[in-house]
Amino acid sequence: MAHSSQPIRPIHFILGGSAFALLLLLTLGTVIALWWRAEITSSLTPADWATIRFTITQALASAIISIAIAIPTARALARRNFRGRKFILTLMGAPFILPAIVAVLGILAVWGRSGYISELIANFGLGPLNIYGFGGVVLAHVFFNIPLATRLFVQGWSAIPVEHFRLAAQLGMETRDITRHLERPMLRAVAPGAFLLIFLLCISSFAVALALGGGPKATTIELAIYQAIRFDFDLTKASQLAMIQFALCAAIGAVTILIATPMHFAQGLDRKAERWDARETRYRVTDYTILTLVCLFLFLPLASILLRGIIPLFTLPSAVWWAALNSVIVATLSAGLSVCMSIAMSAFIIRIARKRKTVSNVMEVVGFLTLAASPFVIGTGLFVMTFPFISPFAIALPITALVNAAMSLPFSLRVILPAMTRAEDHYGRLADSLGMQTWDRFRFAIWPRLKRPVGFSAGLAAALSMGDLGVITLFAPPDMATLPLMMYRLMSSYQLSDAAGVALLLVTLSVALFWIFDQGGRLEHNVR
Amino acid sequence: MSITLDNIELSHGSFTLSADFKIEEGHKIALLGPSGGGKSTLLSAIAGFKTPDEGRVLYNDTDITTMPPAERPIALLFQDHNLFPHLSVEKNIALGLHPNLRLSDAEREIVQDALRRVGLNNQGSKMPSELSGGQQQRVALARCLLRDRPVLCLDEPFAALGPALKHEMLDLVAEIVDGAKATLLMVTHQPEDAQYITDQTVLIAEGQAHAPADTAELLANPPIALARYLGT
Amino acid sequence: MTKFITLAAGLTLAFATTAHAQDKPELTVYTYDSFVSDWGPGPSVEKAFEEICECDLKLVGAGDGAALLTRMQLEGARSEADVVLGLDTNLTVRAAATGLFAPYANRPATLDVPTDWTDETFLPYDWGYFAFVYDNTKLKNAPDSFEALIAMPNDFKIVIQDPRSSTPGLGLLLWVEEAYGERAPEIWAGLAPKILTVTKGWSEAYGMFTDGEADMVLSYTTSPAYHIIAEEDQSKSAASFKEGHYMQIEVAGKLAATDQPELADAFLDFMTSSAFQSIIPTTNWMYPAVFPTDGLPAGFEQLITPVDSLIIPADKAEQARDKALAEWLTALSR
Repeated sequence: MAHSSQPIRPIHFILGGSAFALLLLLTLGTVIALWWRAEITSSLTPADWATIRFTITQALASAIISIAIAIPTARALARRNFRGRKFILTLMGAPFILPAIVAVLGILAVWGRSGYISELIANFGLGPLNIYGFGGVVLAHVFFNIPLATRLFVQGWSAIPVEHFRLAAQLGMETRDITRHLERPMLRAVAPGAFLLIFLLCISSFAVALALGGGPKATTIELAIYQAIRFDFDLTKASQLAMIQFALCAAIGAVTILIATPMHFAQGLDRKAERWDARETRYRVTDYTILTLVCLFLFLPLASILLRGIIPLFTLPSAVWWAALNSVIVATLSAGLSVCMSIAMSAFIIRIARKRKTVSNVMEVVGFLTLAASPFVIGTGLFVMTFPFISPFAIALPITALVNAAMSLPFSLRVILPAMTRAEDHYGRLADSLGMQTWDRFRFAIWPRLKRPVGFSAGLAAALSMGDLGVITLFAPPDMATLPLMMYRLMSSYQLSDAAGVALLLVTLSVALFWIFDQGGRLEHNVR
Repeated sequence: MSITLDNIELSHGSFTLSADFKIEEGHKIALLGPSGGGKSTLLSAIAGFKTPDEGRVLYNDTDITTMPPAERPIALLFQDHNLFPHLSVEKNIALGLHPNLRLSDAEREIVQDALRRVGLNNQGSKMPSELSGGQQQRVALARCLLRDRPVLCLDEPFAALGPALKHEMLDLVAEIVDGAKATLLMVTHQPEDAQYITDQTVLIAEGQAHAPADTAELLANPPIALARYLGT
Repeated sequence: MTKFITLAAGLTLAFATTAHAQDKPELTVYTYDSFVSDWGPGPSVEKAFEEICECDLKLVGAGDGAALLTRMQLEGARSEADVVLGLDTNLTVRAAATGLFAPYANRPATLDVPTDWTDETFLPYDWGYFAFVYDNTKLKNAPDSFEALIAMPNDFKIVIQDPRSSTPGLGLLLWVEEAYGERAPEIWAGLAPKILTVTKGWSEAYGMFTDGEADMVLSYTTSPAYHIIAEEDQSKSAASFKEGHYMQIEVAGKLAATDQPELADAFLDFMTSSAFQSIIPTTNWMYPAVFPTDGLPAGFEQLITPVDSLIIPADKAEQARDKALAEWLTALSR
């Protein structure tokens, strides 16, 4: 596609290359550090293989079900226009960033033995619901991931030019014709990537899988890694398991890139599509039914978090507000870092893709690696790498921001790379013919086209960072806490009600940060 | 000034195009041929967006085969995406002077002057979306004016305009080219456009770009490949 | 990107300068998170010790108890820590084997720990019993043994913690092992249908219990004390088991590589003094290792007293742990 003859300049090598190097250091580098630091040798046992099998099975089931539900949900959101549509889309960001423990308690408030549903069916003499087991694990993962998948598909739908729908209406296409000619090609382009993201997210689940899995049957690779490091101090096994996670990521990533077919749609103007075909009552009814069910499924647990936390929220101790400030600083830093890294990597990938498609494909998969990385391995590995040289406390803030940025990179890369490719396709030749290079090119030709995706991914990165409890536990100095850390400290001191207040604060701040960044990206960028 | 296509071979997807001829100074030349015949591909090679598989592109006696587009003695107008939608008309034109948009007062005056010459007085602060399609291409032409290159290449920028408007634009192009004593290379698939403005035509059909020939003569006595395209 | 790095570095620097503002000698104590939190013993302990030591006491939270040892293993002799506070008897042998800890000579003659304390390196500061906690307004006849628990109807559910990631979880494992020995697998098989789920840590389990998700949760006999004293809530009780209850003894040790050996010794001396010990019951919600002279706080007298204190000697804990874990995994994975 690329008409542009832009060469790879040193700046692309330096910025893009260092982003890649950093990513490899955080993923493979930390695994190697652990392996190198290991004191005992060990090998994987049959129990470990059972763990690996369970991990893959639950991740597959969770990803498939999430996508199966997200597609009709996104379609309903794409072809209906109603009040509150935007609100639903914004609030959908919330489940995704919930700390494990908050999500578990929220889900149980609805689905648990004394949850809303159990209480409801008790009126009919039906016995309490028992979701613990494989179903519980999948239920929780679907709760986490439907919103993400839905957003990706909604974007896919809005990428189909309005003009196409108009043409379809003109030609008298029925809904199923539209599905065949317009929607299915879009789904083929979007679904594999969405599947990959969710699959990998579910691979590294631990606390949620265990709590709702009902026992050690629900042991995931991440728990095995945790056990290897914390219980047995067996760093060899931890690094072996981490490598298996990476291998899974690489394998699934490669398959996805092969399956995904790029969309071949003309460039449309960004408008909401009017769907003449979907005016029929039966489609209206199905759309609103699906939306209602999905919203209940997603928002009831959130409502329980709200109810639980709203009163303690107003009497939270002052230390919590300092922790909130720390969290916001770290989140903002890591959002900035994540976006900068994605832009540097995208510019590099786009230029390499012109020469060597295979190399750029491999680089794209590397961009996904952090999803398959165990936060525990990254934290411990970084600790092993840095401890001989510098006090962990001195680098707590940058390290946390950096790791959180890397963790959100798969998402921002997924959004920024296609946007940058489009900008280069449309305006690359013009910029070339005007001799716009590097900084001017970025500032005037690319950045204005990137603002929206950048705002969206910065928001996502900030929200993800807010809820993260990864490396901070190893690096935090005595008087620095983040909100999730504060919440766990409160819980382990029996302060369950204050902890609920902190959970609500955490969710609110995350959604607010997401909203601010996302809106920032929508500001008009006109230079008169 | 001259541009020499020295035995070049271009491939694009499944087809290849070969060309071996020289373009002399001061002509207005049409690149004429059927859609998909490789007109734009040839123009891309001349403008520097595509490197030929074989052969060389010479400017006077200098080999410019791998020279970046902006350094070539060429100004170029595309079919679309000639303007950045987020920059005002003025800024879009100013990009032709400095890609970093830092202009002196004198340079700002040059921009205004270019606007006047394409008939868009006082429209500098508008955004491209506030202009009609024809006006947008005038802005792009104004930028070509500023860049003051010996060769102007047009890749069917007026294809979407009506006949009257198109002639108006072609007149403006002719005026600019004559005023600057520049050479014009213009892609078109319509013989009447070629006839309207050019004196020479490069026929591009069936994998071959022929040497420039007199437009009037060529259209009066079309060779077989052209006749087949014209349907005569 | 550079802009962000500069910003990050600046913020770090600002942070680092506030942390080293004083010239007094500094004693660094690594401990678990809940110890240093505003609701734990940390703030009062820091204040009390700094009044007598002419030093700056730096309490560093490093995750939970099990994370502490891992942290020390990762840091090795280079560690900034002078004292580690918060290991328990399941870990002391492994901790001693790292060679990172130095003996402590000044152990008080009597400790109010219900077992003979002979360890030369580690000194206990508090202890407690693991127990199942229930809501006495909902459950009138709580089970009084593991066998009684097994005999409860099948909709009676307990939440426990995973021994691989949680201290109470490991405690329960050793409790069953010590009480039943060869019969442990049988007990676990019997318990399996009663176990609603297994959580990563104590917080998840306790939260699920207070939400009414399960009838009993694995915790400590001292948990009701929190509800009685801090919340004036009498509804939580610990079930007293005929087999006796497994103990957790929490200890601290001085690091061999410390650059403040006298100060470290002074801290360990202080740790069994009344000033420190009187802080423990109502902040860490455990029994102090040396009872304060004016007795335990009101409310503690309502707690159950186990008929027998069970503990596997530290030197056998590791071996027992691996065997018990294998049995546990087998019984619950079925």
